[in-house]
Amino acid sequence: MNLENKPRVATVWLSGCSGCHMSFLDQDERLINIAAKVQFVYSPIMDVKVFPENVDVTLVEGAVANEEQLELLKQVRERTKILISLGDCAVTGNVTGLRNTVQNSVESTLKKAFIETADVNGQIPNEVPKILKQTVPLHEIVKVDYYIPGCPPSADTINYVLTELLAGRTPNMENRSKYG
Amino acid sequence: MGIGVIKLKINEQEVISREGDTILKAAKEHGITIPTLCDLDGLSNFGGCRLCLVEVKGSPKLFPACTTPVSNGMEVITDSERLKKYRKMAIELILSERIHVCSVCVANNNCELQDLANKLGVDHVNFKRDWNTHDLDTTHEFLVIDRNRCILCTRCIRVCDEVEGVHVLDLKNRGKDTEVIIDLDDQWGVSKICTSCRKCAKVCPVGAIYVEGQPISQTRDKKIAEFVLTRRQS
Repeated sequence: MNLENKPRVATVWLSGCSGCHMSFLDQDERLINIAAKVQFVYSPIMDVKVFPENVDVTLVEGAVANEEQLELLKQVRERTKILISLGDCAVTGNVTGLRNTVQNSVESTLKKAFIETADVNGQIPNEVPKILKQTVPLHEIVKVDYYIPGCPPSADTINYVLTELLAGRTPNMENRSKYG
Repeated sequence: MGIGVIKLKINEQEVISREGDTILKAAKEHGITIPTLCDLDGLSNFGGCRLCLVEVKGSPKLFPACTTPVSNGMEVITDSERLKKYRKMAIELILSERIHVCSVCVANNNCELQDLANKLGVDHVNFKRDWNTHDLDTTHEFLVIDRNRCILCTRCIRVCDEVEGVHVLDLKNRGKDTEVIIDLDDQWGVSKICTSCRKCAKVCPVGAIYVEGQPISQTRDKKIAEFVLTRRQS
């Protein structure tokens, strides 16, 4: 098949533990079928620096916690037809969102994490992207088309959603989604 | 027809029930499942979770099945697109109110809220989450209350009052600030009335009250209230 006619698929890793990507890889031999049908254009396991244009399906793992991720997510939304929230962090904030309980300001959050709870050499990092006041799930920032909750979502669920979408059908998440 | 016998229809099915029974009880006796969270056999009815809302023909309002008594000629619908929408919304509101993070919760995979969310296909929450924290009390020898996971179903309060008969637990405040308290808002560890019977932990549908160091699957006993009640009556 001509490479250019295949659906262009991307995966993105924001504030998450990469567990959802591990689960994605846990599709094992089914990945061979998927790889034959699609063209992967961007992923943390690929050496591509800039998120490309005209992507058909993008799976986004993790919540939005800093300015770099906020910018990337907006870019992803602009350049993607179908955006999928992959995993609890992307859907609810999950563990990455727990820092929202320290609510006063970015400074107090950083102080709590890097000074007050540090065992030795407490210091606030400054050469990394600035964190947002709150870690938020994707749909609080951009329109999300499908949600796959789970910590991590099972390989079967990810495979089901991808297979349905590639076949041009709408995945039905009733009894398939699972938080936690 | 005998005195006190009520004839009604649930989902087009003819159902015989007794006067004073609730729609939920009538449905249960005829094998019709209505999703619930705050309801528990053996305890009084509370009507707080709004999961058991049903449609009654002739009324535009929705009725909580657990507190609405049956009446003759009533036609009840327990499942429709409209009810599905409201039930999903109820779950979403509960999920957005406190800090429900399944992956770090003791009740993960043994949680009625999680089960219902999955069953009803709640794959995301449309309401912005309130990240306000509530107090955690670990002062008791082995019982822990984490109010951040509480859904205010009041099962613990009712089982403590109605089954154990000590009424250690109760509520304070209103609205989203409502909290389950011990005695007159004391620490659990200093309560002289608490009998440490664990019934609160046995009936908690989520991971709000649990026994330290014990898997929730072992603590949980949803039949405890009904069991005590039947024993008392016999």
